Amino acid sequence: MIKQFALAGALTLAYGTANAQMVEIDKNPFPSTYEPMPAPSVLIRGAHVFDGTGAELSKADLLLENGKITALGEHLEAPQGARIIDGTGKWVTPGIIDVHSHLGVYASPGIRATADGNEATNPNTAEVSSEHGIWPHDPGFNRARAGGVTALMVLPGSANLFGGRGTVLKNIPSRTVQGMKFPGAPYALKMACGENPKRVYGQKGGPGSRMGNFAGYRKNWIKAQAYKKSWDDYRADYAKWEAKKDSNSAKKDKDKKAPKAPKRNLQMETLMGVLNGEIIVNMHCYRADEMAQVIDMSKEFGYHVGAFHHAVEAYKVADLLRENDTCAAMWADWGGFKMEAYDSIRENIPLVHKAGACAIVHSDSEVGIQRLNQEAAKALADGNKAGLNISQGEAWTWLSANPAKLLGIGDKTGALKPGLNADVVLWSGNPFSVYSRADIVFVDGARVFDRHDKSHQAVSDFELGQPGEGDDK
Amino acid sequence: MSILGKFATAGALLCLASAAPAWAQTIAITGGKVITNTAQGQLDNATVLIEDGKILSVGADITIPEGATRIDASGKWVTPGLFAPLSQVGLIEISLESSTDDSRAEKSEFSVALDGVDGFNPKAEAVAITKIEGMTRIAVSTGPGENIFSGAGFVADTSGDVVDSITRDHAFVMVQMGERGARIAGGSRPAAWAYLRNALTEARHYRPGRAPKDALLNGPDAMALKPVAEGRMPLLVFVNRASDLMTLIRLHEAQPKLDLVAVGAAEGWMVADELAAAGIPVILEPQNNLPSSFESLGATMTNAARLQKAGVTIAIAQLGEAFNARLAPQQAGDAVANGLPWDAAFAAITRAPAQIFGLEDELGTLQSGMIADVVVWNGDPLELMTSPDYVFIGGEAQSLSSRQTKLRDRYLDLKKAKENPFAYR
Repeated sequence: MIKQFALAGALTLAYGTANAQMVEIDKNPFPSTYEPMPAPSVLIRGAHVFDGTGAELSKADLLLENGKITALGEHLEAPQGARIIDGTGKWVTPGIIDVHSHLGVYASPGIRATADGNEATNPNTAEVSSEHGIWPHDPGFNRARAGGVTALMVLPGSANLFGGRGTVLKNIPSRTVQGMKFPGAPYALKMACGENPKRVYGQKGGPGSRMGNFAGYRKNWIKAQAYKKSWDDYRADYAKWEAKKDSNSAKKDKDKKAPKAPKRNLQMETLMGVLNGEIIVNMHCYRADEMAQVIDMSKEFGYHVGAFHHAVEAYKVADLLRENDTCAAMWADWGGFKMEAYDSIRENIPLVHKAGACAIVHSDSEVGIQRLNQEAAKALADGNKAGLNISQGEAWTWLSANPAKLLGIGDKTGALKPGLNADVVLWSGNPFSVYSRADIVFVDGARVFDRHDKSHQAVSDFELGQPGEGDDK
Repeated sequence: MSILGKFATAGALLCLASAAPAWAQTIAITGGKVITNTAQGQLDNATVLIEDGKILSVGADITIPEGATRIDASGKWVTPGLFAPLSQVGLIEISLESSTDDSRAEKSEFSVALDGVDGFNPKAEAVAITKIEGMTRIAVSTGPGENIFSGAGFVADTSGDVVDSITRDHAFVMVQMGERGARIAGGSRPAAWAYLRNALTEARHYRPGRAPKDALLNGPDAMALKPVAEGRMPLLVFVNRASDLMTLIRLHEAQPKLDLVAVGAAEGWMVADELAAAGIPVILEPQNNLPSSFESLGATMTNAARLQKAGVTIAIAQLGEAFNARLAPQQAGDAVANGLPWDAAFAAITRAPAQIFGLEDELGTLQSGMIADVVVWNGDPLELMTSPDYVFIGGEAQSLSSRQTKLRDRYLDLKKAKENPFAYR
């Protein structure tokens, strides 16, 4: 904003008050400063490949150049100076993308001082953003990278109806949050259904029930619609005024005065971003019946729900999710910890996939994020045991392509397709085996983790000089 | 094998089981890769013969009695049932609904005197979902409330038999040390250890009706702790920091009769030799590799492998779980990926827990005379994509259905909801 006001100020000086520019809200006041690490060309030869879009190739070559994937095929030629990695007996996949992480906002060590993930002070805190709670030195980022995670969305917690903005990060070490922000990725809005908001606010003025939850959402969407209209009207009035101001018909003084911009409201800006299709709704929601009502509400107010998170009962309404192009981001086998998680089944993910909806494996855990491939493996096996007949290549869409699509970065990452970012994992064996581990992890072609090379293992400031100092010791 | 096929087979077995009582039944599991967990090691194409709820014999050249129920396990793995070394299975239905949670009692007058068995529900959903993943025995303990001691823990089977599921009641006592214990005991580690040492002394000298006036433990708690103080019952001690483990080792040196077991032990690898020399087994979670607190800054995926290499008996658990105690095999597999030998990892979820609770003569191995907890798997049990085809507890074939599998079957096909409404399926 400072930049924008400074600019507006300069313009004011240059052209005088009557010619001030139309006020625009800076939609990106904390821009990404991410710069890729050095990325010499790499050719991985003869590996088994899940390409991320569902296909599986045996003995394929993958070429990474200038931070991008440039070729996937057989018998590729190594460009001059390229590092050649023998992929025989190994697996190559796109990097894993976790759409539900609290790394940085609930950092390790999990002490009061590092708990910055839930602004549980009001049922609507759409004005907060996870990026302002992220501690970049959370050792969890490094552990997740060793598990093949190349990008992640850090979300606020689920205490509130509107929890705030979620931020998409590249999983690379950085001194600043801006240095991790995924360039061009839209923000998310975290919302929450069900038990959490009514438990947190039941004794604090409400909502105290699911009825109150919905009333709370809808009242705020009504406000957001009005807020959006005020800005839409302002822009339209301004355009009219600008068209008229130099014409002969606008002689009177009052017509010379530019329309006044609406007063900014951070909370409503986030909701307006959703109504404008710029911010993606990610909603914590367990029960199938609630998901169905949320979908109706989204139609009432003209927005789209990107994904239901946890979605323990997604299998009951997978057809509805497919029809509304809404993803379900799920665990393989968590459940039981609250009533709305009681109907957890181990086939949730594969059932959603098989119904044609967008299935995603998410972690919501600093432990789980280290092995999302294992979570997918368990879900796949249970699904196939129930007769769903899903291939391993298809199952990898739950880990890379579907998450990338949800986060609005599917044109940049999530698959091994020429032109996409070289976010790639080389696994020691089939990543659906418990015995396999990520050997090398590339982000934009840079070797950000190498299990066999200490100089490619990041250690966070926090762990430096501590008994641990990283995991692989 | 398709799920339907498997259910059909299991169903047939169950019919047999109900037609003839378990004690009269002979079952021959043939042709499998048998993990004996004994010096015999792994036997290929071997037979496990079960009779009257016990294992009669295990080997390659076994004569199968006439009339025995045969189960073809060729291409499959046959193992002892898995044993959760520490869990809350059956104490909690839904942890956020206190009416269904018997794992804690913050307002109770008692601590050690609380008997976990009184809270155990063999019909809890968690029991069945644990069983169908091949886990036949569970060590269960309540958690700490406003006292560092939990109640008496017990060992149960996962049959779901509401009349008789308990393998051993009063099997162990758990005590919380480290950060959490410090907080409960008054604010510091010294406070927690002082409380523990005093409690052991009071319990050792306890005589009903003759407790000293300044005793901190009430009568029932002191009585319940007595077998621990006398070394007749294991004391499971929750500690993570290496220095806390050294305090535990000092307790062992001062009171060598105590049967001490370390739980958590995130920094165990830093004092692995000392733990081995003291003969203190460790119950741990291999996936615990983050500095999640200031008492586990040294947490690492290689903890299990390093402890085992130093000669420490390790048992592997998904700790603190009612619902997902069943994930211990994944934890064990991850430990293998980080250097733990497979045999040790598998023993850590079978034989080692049996040893810790003094049940090694009955459970944890496949050999003549053992209780017939046997699982037939469609592959390596530590792998992610394998699962049990048959589960036997005490020689009885178990149903592999649960509330979860029934929900799955109800919603397997969303297409014909109109003709066949879900609630009638």
